Amino acid sequence: MNTTEIKNREEAEVIAAEHAHHAELNTFGFWIYLMSDLVIFSVLFATFVVLGKNYAGGPGPKELFHLPYLFIETMFLLLSSVTFGFSMVAMHEHNKKAVITGLIITGLLGLGFIGMELYEFYELIAAGHGPDKSGFLSAFFTLVATHGAHVSFGLLWLIVMIIQLVKQGLSDGVRSRLVRLSLFWHFLDIVWVGVFTFIYLMGMV
Amino acid sequence: MSQSHHENENMGAGHITKKNYIIGFLLATLFTIISFGFVAFKDSMPRSAVVILLSVAALLQMFVHLYYFLHLNKSSEQRWNVIVFAFTALLVFIFVGGTIWVMYTLNLRMM
Repeated sequence: MNTTEIKNREEAEVIAAEHAHHAELNTFGFWIYLMSDLVIFSVLFATFVVLGKNYAGGPGPKELFHLPYLFIETMFLLLSSVTFGFSMVAMHEHNKKAVITGLIITGLLGLGFIGMELYEFYELIAAGHGPDKSGFLSAFFTLVATHGAHVSFGLLWLIVMIIQLVKQGLSDGVRSRLVRLSLFWHFLDIVWVGVFTFIYLMGMV
Repeated sequence: MSQSHHENENMGAGHITKKNYIIGFLLATLFTIISFGFVAFKDSMPRSAVVILLSVAALLQMFVHLYYFLHLNKSSEQRWNVIVFAFTALLVFIFVGGTIWVMYTLNLRMM
């Protein structure tokens, strides 16, 4: 290589390194946001601990929660984390089709989770056990619905990413946004582990 | 830094393989079934045992997620992610633990 070619090559490497560094910073910044989200969820958990036994003479977890239903719901979300993971592996193998397929399946599983949750809320409210009926129910609905709202926004983001993938393929921007969405999605599954254990299961003990 | 050096490096989000996700899924499912199992068989154990075992199972499953899905590990690439997470965990411990302590004590003193 002559001097000009060497210089161009070095510049290209510097630019690539800067892009990689920038993407890493974006990932880290998003992780810090997720940590602030974790703090929000933790205070909602704390609220539930304080109010969770105030049934106002009404029903409690043993009367209202159904374990088989909860198990299926949980598996929907857990599986969706796995399928998202497969999408990310496909992304690194530059397999656009497999990424899209994985995201669509993730979205369907997430939709299954949200559908089950919405149905559960509907049943509770229709039976007169809405969030306004007791401290326990207020805390329950607030925490679980906040988690559900996060998942719903994640589903929206998933749809946007699928559209972007179709339109612009695995561009740098699409890849780095997918990384952040993956952090978001896995984070929500971790919060759900806390929810199904401490809100649902613990209440049945 | 060449591309091949960072194959499967995930923009600071960790090294990923299909195997990671499958192992993580199997472990997480195992802990989930164990947790549900504790509740199903709660009458054969003292209540405090079930409470502790459920909590431990949840904690372990969260670590499974953090390691296999979020790729948080001891490598230098993940160091800052782990530090920030540990700090947040400390805050959570103070907020949640402190809330429980204060409200429990208050309840006790007002009875």
